[in-house]
Amino acid sequence: MQQVFETIAKQSRAAWKALHREDIPQILIGSATCGRGTGALDIMRAIQRKLDENGIQALVKEVGCIGMCYAEALVDIIKPGFPRISYSQMTPEKATELVESFLVGDDPRPDMALGHFGDQALEGIPRLYELPVFDGQERVILKNCGHIDPESIDEYILQGGYSGLVKSLESQPEEIIEKVSQSGLRGRGGAGFPTGRKWASCLRAQGDQKYVICNADEGDPGAFMDRSVLEGDPHSVIEGMIIAGYAIGATRGYMYVRAEYPLAIFRLKKAIAQAKERNLLGENILGSGFDFELEVFQGAGAFVCGESTALVLSIEGNRGMPKPLPRPRTTEKGLWDKPTLLNNVKTFSMVPQIMNRGPQWFAGIGTEGSPGTAVFALTGKIERSGLVEVPMGMELRRIIEKIGGGVPDGRAFKAVQTGGPSGGCLPDEMLSLPVDFDTLDRAGSMMGSGGMVVLDDSTCMVDVAKYFLDFTCEESCGQCVPCRLGTQQMLAILEDICAGQGREGDIEQLLALGESIIKTSICGLGKSAPNPVLSTIKYFRDEYEAHIKEKRCPALVCHRLILYRIDEEKCSGCGLCLRSCPVQAISGEKKEPHQIADEECTRCGICLDVCPDRFGAVECITGQENLASSGRDGSECPH
Amino acid sequence: MREKVREILTAFDGDKSQVIPMLQAIQHEVGYLPEEGMEEVASYTGLRRSKVYGTATFYSQFYFTPQGDHEIKVCLGTACHVKGAMNLMDTLERELGIRCGETTTDNKYSLKRVNCVGSCALAPVVMVEDHVYGRVETKHVKGVLDKSAASV
Repeated sequence: MQQVFETIAKQSRAAWKALHREDIPQILIGSATCGRGTGALDIMRAIQRKLDENGIQALVKEVGCIGMCYAEALVDIIKPGFPRISYSQMTPEKATELVESFLVGDDPRPDMALGHFGDQALEGIPRLYELPVFDGQERVILKNCGHIDPESIDEYILQGGYSGLVKSLESQPEEIIEKVSQSGLRGRGGAGFPTGRKWASCLRAQGDQKYVICNADEGDPGAFMDRSVLEGDPHSVIEGMIIAGYAIGATRGYMYVRAEYPLAIFRLKKAIAQAKERNLLGENILGSGFDFELEVFQGAGAFVCGESTALVLSIEGNRGMPKPLPRPRTTEKGLWDKPTLLNNVKTFSMVPQIMNRGPQWFAGIGTEGSPGTAVFALTGKIERSGLVEVPMGMELRRIIEKIGGGVPDGRAFKAVQTGGPSGGCLPDEMLSLPVDFDTLDRAGSMMGSGGMVVLDDSTCMVDVAKYFLDFTCEESCGQCVPCRLGTQQMLAILEDICAGQGREGDIEQLLALGESIIKTSICGLGKSAPNPVLSTIKYFRDEYEAHIKEKRCPALVCHRLILYRIDEEKCSGCGLCLRSCPVQAISGEKKEPHQIADEECTRCGICLDVCPDRFGAVECITGQENLASSGRDGSECPH
Repeated sequence: MREKVREILTAFDGDKSQVIPMLQAIQHEVGYLPEEGMEEVASYTGLRRSKVYGTATFYSQFYFTPQGDHEIKVCLGTACHVKGAMNLMDTLERELGIRCGETTTDNKYSLKRVNCVGSCALAPVVMVEDHVYGRVETKHVKGVLDKSAASV
């Protein structure tokens, strides 16, 4: 087997070398979905045009996301005689200029560079890995993302890819499972169930046919870790799934990917075809006698299908409604009632490396109870948003303040939301908590699959709670009463509070409802739906009380509790706000103080943004007394 | 229509586990799921019509009325929400003269919400067809619409 693979690897090396000639520059374009959203494909065309015009031979290729989304669009250049240099915030024009300076000329343009990957110092350009954004980061899952062309199996093989599979095929299934258990790997989908134990119970389960399913239905709003792995390193997930199939005795696998990820689906399908072509997938893999077929199943847009029994029903062609307890485990009776192993994208992608580098290596990273690394999608009100991979156990504060660079625009940090609609919000005083599966759970939030949304003082916590309840209400499958009606009730109360209709006792009612929904819902979606409300009440009760008792939204977010007005003393009548207002709610003669017609105003806040600082005439006010002094009671606003 | 749907279904072997891929294929070709489409899937797989309809209506991806030439999706994920996605939705509703979930009378645009497109670092995000527009401000909305209209 080793020999068969060696022949394949040799071909890959030869193919790679023919492309990556040492005498020509390479240009790497970060073209995952986020890169494309900032114009990566236009940039690529501009670069190619410039190269052609100047008759420069170069290899231009697409790579996945290295995680520095704040710096997109990213272009990296490897020119003979120079280390690889990353350039950030590229546009077609800037990229053309860069090619002119650096490839037509010889100036690496330190003014445009973000960092370089070399060992030696380079005049005017810092080492990339010494930037604060990489402080304490350790790349295991994201090892290849942003470095290799995800559409080339040769590059993956050159990085050691599929050698973990070869090692596995030469061992007994029990040995593989033993290694996974020893590594301490826990499922990265959110629940953190020990992976080795799951695999072992699937191996033990009796069945003429078994299945492996990769859960890539990444539905948590605010999370995109799985998308990045699938778009940047699809083969690592495929390899992990084949190893799992061999270990439990399954010959078929499905990748359940959400429909909102077209690029991930495209790259996965391509990767599967390439792996088949090399006999790393399909019949008699590498002559081992082991067969494994893999196909992509496109989800159809239902958050609840992230739950294992719902996902299985969905592949079978049904409504994705979770099965109530008591029910047999999916590992015993899953897809078409056959034993089925279901793991998350990141869990599978770690397996090849555990096979290659050994369980002790993996267990040595992170904490004793939660070994390995965790990938977070750091977003929201944060200076450097993007993907972050750190050893488990790192303090939340270090992730947010050091790696993420803290809250921008001089605003104050308020909370961090983790775990999506199933998680909660943690305030500043909880930031010393280490990130692992168990600690965040105890604090009233959860690690979840890795979404981490930072909120600042311009975010209303009641509005955030309402946002999540609106989400779960919409996504509830409707089969059990506590989730279907309970979340609707909670949402109605939150809507009232945000609209200035909150009453004494609402908070207690929310707590009681939340508790019963958690106790009585049949699946994880319902059982965790109240978490965003309960955690915001726990840590930000004063904001709820301000809304209810004073009809005041401290963050100036809730439309029915705020209004915009122009201070006649300060207004110079410049007309800037009048021209910017999208609904023509502002009137006034030139050089005369302007007025805002409250009944027309949609609270978009543009007038406040455009009013020059030297006047500062537009203000946003809240609170019963203020609103009353402006001539209306909070409840009368039409919006 | 029935002929067209039957032709689309020839790519499948009629196994009932393929209901969702079949519905996706029909919607991809036709633009939405017409009643005849679901009936054909039912007779092709031997499932009851109510069963096929039940599956189709469960998933937010499927539409039962003709959609506009351009699909505008406003991302209402968490990161987009805290960065003012609702203002973008308001602006788009006003510009297009329709509410979220509706299609303009000239059948040019359909306006939808999507829970998260996973491009949170670019929030707020608007997706037109498969293209993601990042860091969209209300003043960019017109430009996004013009660009999509030009891409016919």
